[in-house]
Amino acid sequence: MAAYGTGNYRASQGRVTAPGFGFTVYAILAIVLMVLDRRGGWLTHARYYLSAAAYPLQLAVSSPGQAWNWTQESLTARETLEAQNAALRQRNRELSVKAMRFEALERENAELRGLRAALPAVADHWMAAEVVDVELNGLRQRLLINRGAHNGVFRGQAVLDSFGLLGQTTRVSPWSSEVILVTDPEHAVPVEIERTGVHTIAVGSGDPDSLALPYLPANADVKPGDLLLTSGLGGVFPQGYPVARIADVRHDTAQPLAQIRAIPLARLSALHEVMLVWFQDQHPAAPTQLKDGASSSGNPALQRQPAPPLDLLPLPALPRLTPAPPVAAPAAASAPGKSAR
Amino acid sequence: MIDRTRDSFGRMLLTVLVALTLSVLPLPLWLAAVRPAFLVITVLYWSITVPRLGGIGLGFFSGLALDVFRGAALGQNALALSAITYVAVREHQKIRLKPLFQQALIILGALIAYEFILFAIDGWAGHPNTSPLRWIHTLTGALIWPVATAVLDRTRGR
Repeated sequence: MAAYGTGNYRASQGRVTAPGFGFTVYAILAIVLMVLDRRGGWLTHARYYLSAAAYPLQLAVSSPGQAWNWTQESLTARETLEAQNAALRQRNRELSVKAMRFEALERENAELRGLRAALPAVADHWMAAEVVDVELNGLRQRLLINRGAHNGVFRGQAVLDSFGLLGQTTRVSPWSSEVILVTDPEHAVPVEIERTGVHTIAVGSGDPDSLALPYLPANADVKPGDLLLTSGLGGVFPQGYPVARIADVRHDTAQPLAQIRAIPLARLSALHEVMLVWFQDQHPAAPTQLKDGASSSGNPALQRQPAPPLDLLPLPALPRLTPAPPVAAPAAASAPGKSAR
Repeated sequence: MIDRTRDSFGRMLLTVLVALTLSVLPLPLWLAAVRPAFLVITVLYWSITVPRLGGIGLGFFSGLALDVFRGAALGQNALALSAITYVAVREHQKIRLKPLFQQALIILGALIAYEFILFAIDGWAGHPNTSPLRWIHTLTGALIWPVATAVLDRTRGR
């Protein structure tokens, strides 16, 4: 110990152990922790329990906001509640009518695709979770929700709200989990442009109201207003959930790629409740689950599908990325879609 | 130096806990950007005034708590915080004698060093964040130092 102490320090205050030694020990400890954390071995379990220990404080810290919401709700006037109730009833009716039509469409779609029966819905069951903490800065866009491993939440689970895709769970603790939002700069979602079927990747920008599509060529067929759906590639999100709408497309003549910005459909900045989704494993549109934290690439069930007979393909699949003539575009777009199902 | 009976470990832990709460309190975006690193400032205060109580261990474990709460790489804040605590403990007698204004400047330096270590580790871990916003808290932290010392002196019964 004495070897690391500075002389004058020890002379003036003998009771304190030499700081140099302590620092060396703690610095080595910290570095070892970081390296282990990056490898993601047993330290993941340690973090699991540590974040469980941290959860009470996180709950306490978020309680003023929750208490404010609760007071506001309980002080709502009767008329407001009645109006709200009527509006919700109206909405429910509209949605039921739409759902009726949806079932018919689903059957029709199955018939058109030559399937004997319509596939069951890809979502198996849902669970609502409350948002405990929101972190929306330029570096990290995360949520803390009040459901964890005890509720069956797993890492890499899709999280939605009633408007669109929110993100996925990254860290699961016993009673809470951390959700990385689609707008986090470290998050990317494989998406498909609904109008043309073009596949690309939507990357978070760090801004809660925008996603970037950095990998589309300057001549790609993208227009403001186009809807982005999850493409089902990448093995986390199932195919066909709405993610964002294209807001603006800029073509810089000096850049080979277009600069495209999309606005997420999920209301990321005003969240109280989110939905966790479990998908049917056997469903062709379902993502493959992550096993032991290892990421999978694609759904093996999809990859084993034989290629469709050639006469079904009106055009080679390649010209999808170029702005195709309006008549040919939907036909060309349906071709890769068919091979994926 | 003369009367240390009131500088109890419990009191220190309590202030550190309050500072941690302030550090992780959910705030609107613009406020969160200027929020000073309360926990770092509190740890620095205790390392300068009563180094025998917490010392580098206090820095390490506070940093670890921050890592858990922020979801950072485990050990990132711990390393940065124990590094600046080390310097603070080593130089505590010199820093203690300086006027408040100079102390605030030293705190600014320490906070910049702290943020730089975090920045370097971020880069090493493969998600560099070059936004200038991350440096703002070093300034607000230095500005709040006189207030923080006054409040923390109170908790010690000065």
